[in-house]
Amino acid sequence: MAEPGNDSTKPHIDEVTGTPTKGHEWDGIVELDTPLPRWWLWTFYACIAFAIGYVIAYPAIPMLNSASKGLLGWSSRGDLTAEMGREQARMAPVVQAIASADIEKLAGQPKLMRAAIEGGRAAFRVNCVQCHGSGAAGAKGYPNLNDDDWLWGGDLKTIEKTLTDGIRNPDHDATRMSLMPAFGKDQLLAAPAVDDVVAYVRTISRQQPADAASRRGATVFADNCAVCHGAQGKGNRDLGAPNLTDGIWLYGGDTDAIHQTVWNSRRGVMPRWGDKLSPATIRMLAVYVHSLGGGEASPALAPVIAATKEEANVRP
Amino acid sequence: MSGPDLLTVGRYAKRQPVYPKAIDGTFRRLKWAIMAVTLAIYWVTPWLRWDRGPYAPDQAVLIDLAHRRFYMFAIEIWPQEFYYVAGLLIMAGIGLFLVTSAVGRAWCGYACPQTVWTDLYQHVERFIDGDRNAQMRLNKAPWGMAKLAKRMVKWSIWLAIAFATGGAWIFYFADAPTLSHDFWTGQAAYVAYATVAVLTATTFVLGGFMREQVCIYMCPWPRIQSAMLDEKSLVVTYRHWRGEPRGSLKAAATTPTGFGDCIDCNQCVAVCPTGVDIRQGPQIGCITCGLCIDACDRVMAKTGKPRGLIDYLTEDDATAEKAGGQPKSVLRSLLHVRTVVYFTLWCAIGAAMLFALGARDRIGIDVQQDRNPLYVQLSDGAVRNAFTVKLRNMQSRPRRMEVALSGLPGAKMWSEDLTRAAGSTSVSFTVPADSVLRARLFVASTAPAAHRQDFSFTVRALDKEGGTAHESVHFEGPQP
Ligand code: SF4
Ligand code: SF4
Repeated sequence: MAEPGNDSTKPHIDEVTGTPTKGHEWDGIVELDTPLPRWWLWTFYACIAFAIGYVIAYPAIPMLNSASKGLLGWSSRGDLTAEMGREQARMAPVVQAIASADIEKLAGQPKLMRAAIEGGRAAFRVNCVQCHGSGAAGAKGYPNLNDDDWLWGGDLKTIEKTLTDGIRNPDHDATRMSLMPAFGKDQLLAAPAVDDVVAYVRTISRQQPADAASRRGATVFADNCAVCHGAQGKGNRDLGAPNLTDGIWLYGGDTDAIHQTVWNSRRGVMPRWGDKLSPATIRMLAVYVHSLGGGEASPALAPVIAATKEEANVRP
Repeated sequence: MSGPDLLTVGRYAKRQPVYPKAIDGTFRRLKWAIMAVTLAIYWVTPWLRWDRGPYAPDQAVLIDLAHRRFYMFAIEIWPQEFYYVAGLLIMAGIGLFLVTSAVGRAWCGYACPQTVWTDLYQHVERFIDGDRNAQMRLNKAPWGMAKLAKRMVKWSIWLAIAFATGGAWIFYFADAPTLSHDFWTGQAAYVAYATVAVLTATTFVLGGFMREQVCIYMCPWPRIQSAMLDEKSLVVTYRHWRGEPRGSLKAAATTPTGFGDCIDCNQCVAVCPTGVDIRQGPQIGCITCGLCIDACDRVMAKTGKPRGLIDYLTEDDATAEKAGGQPKSVLRSLLHVRTVVYFTLWCAIGAAMLFALGARDRIGIDVQQDRNPLYVQLSDGAVRNAFTVKLRNMQSRPRRMEVALSGLPGAKMWSEDLTRAAGSTSVSFTVPADSVLRARLFVASTAPAAHRQDFSFTVRALDKEGGTAHESVHFEGPQP
């Protein structure tokens, strides 16, 4: 309780501490107004001075269209550009090495190989995912690059060539070109013959048992299709003719889909990236695609394993 | 009315300079000893060596931020084992609670770096400027050559100490001899120099100029401690019932019965490093360093009175004594429920951590399944899944490890540098010393029984020491 004559609800000097009070009182408890240390005040002023300097030196004050530029001319975009530049400079020798290496022997240099895979992964996300999907699993008409089935071949050199020159680019001489005739639409085969050959293809891919139709289809196949797809229907990579006996179908393996393929033909196109991307990027893309699990063994693989193991023992 | 009034007390208080007088006595010697030990620990630790073989650093205590490892003698901690560090911090916390509930702010008085370095700086100050009175005189004296020279010498020594302090810090984070060489030859990382510069500056300012201001205004610990003290904690107490009314020897000589033991010599205030008058009762400025006890004991010895007019005393004891009773023995006042509970807790956590450290696995496996695509249809009708496997070798030597499949009959596995033809049910790797090997594994199953099937990867060390770890995953196939 406040002493009589000493109104604790007015600021006064607290007797015990000799410190002024705020003049607030709750149930006899009064709030001290302890003086701040002077150095604290100076620190506060120093912070204000710093803030003023900062506002002058760096972009800070919002204007109509942008913020004030600041005397130092700093910007986060500028920072990013500088950082990207540094990163590119850092990567340049690696990219250079990848570009000038023999792609078949790249596997013998695990460090380069890994850089190439990562570089390829990045380039894939920008250029390839639109058709092949972010996981490179493809879609109907766009090959799955993870599997072990390749139309034109799955070793590094072949993939690189496919990337560089594209597929079915009529305005480009080096492109991979093959055209399956539209057997039905162009009346090369009569409708029943098309049905028969479809039945035959379903049979050799073990999707349905042999029957009269498929047996008739065998003859049609031998006369019309075997030229490209081979007598056994196993395909021909020189022509990009798919293997018809395996479990992988670019456009679907059911009767309807195969029928459509035979009737209308399919002529998927892949752009030639040689025009748009640097050789090093294409090479990295090839290495990345090759690494997805379906890449076909090339003779240079053995040293990779040895070198990887060796390298793994060195602590960076 | 005497004392300050509202008009003379400003909104801001100027620091009252403190010129602690030199003193000798029990607690001063204890402080010397603790200062020597703590400073020695701080400066020597990074230079201790500990042989861990060719694959790990040989620094006994090392916080290797770059490689994310923490070494402490025989113990090596990985980031995923950070709970040991958390445990250590909890132990440190409970340890402080224990100390506080038993002996009050002993941490502040003896072991806190702010106290230790301030103490060191004050010794330097006394060495250059002389004791309390000389310091006061010098401070009031106008600036002249002599004063300037003294200041320069003092500040240079302070700066040297500050530099040594900041300099030692960085050695905890890199190999000390190498870093020391790089540091002096200008090849160390920019951050090393920056750290040293910052810590040199803070040491210089906090130890030389801020001193007790840090404790009173900046440090949260006194506030926490005031809440943790209870009537059973030892605090530095002035036995006012024995000392009051105070009076000078002269006054006491004229009226022998009118005065208590305190002769009002102000020695306790003169020696106090924070400028506190303990006779006003317990207060936040008092770091319980015990120097005033030393000072007062000497005075009591001279006046032929028993020691301990100022003493470590619990509040309970003080109450008992005032009422004419006996204070408990020091041991009894240390042993009460709270200290016992804290101590038990502290020991339990320590024992649990030691046990966990002894029993922890030094091998591990983490498996992450490729989600995009979830599975790949292969041309012969088989289905392939891909996994990224991380093998953890937490020993400081390379180890041969074998990863095996189980629970997926007929499946084959191969690593990305092999081909399916070379697949089998296990693959071996050499995992480099003290690191994680990341490998991509392909698993193909000719006839997955269901579109989702559980199986597991087991990693096994192929050396004498052995050890296994496993992780369960799924094998995904096409929806039927
Ligand atoms: S108050 Fe804080 S800074 Fe001061 S001695 Fe105690 S713990 Fe250290
Ligand atoms: S009052 Fe005594 S115990 Fe407290 S800080 Fe001062 S000298 Fe140390």
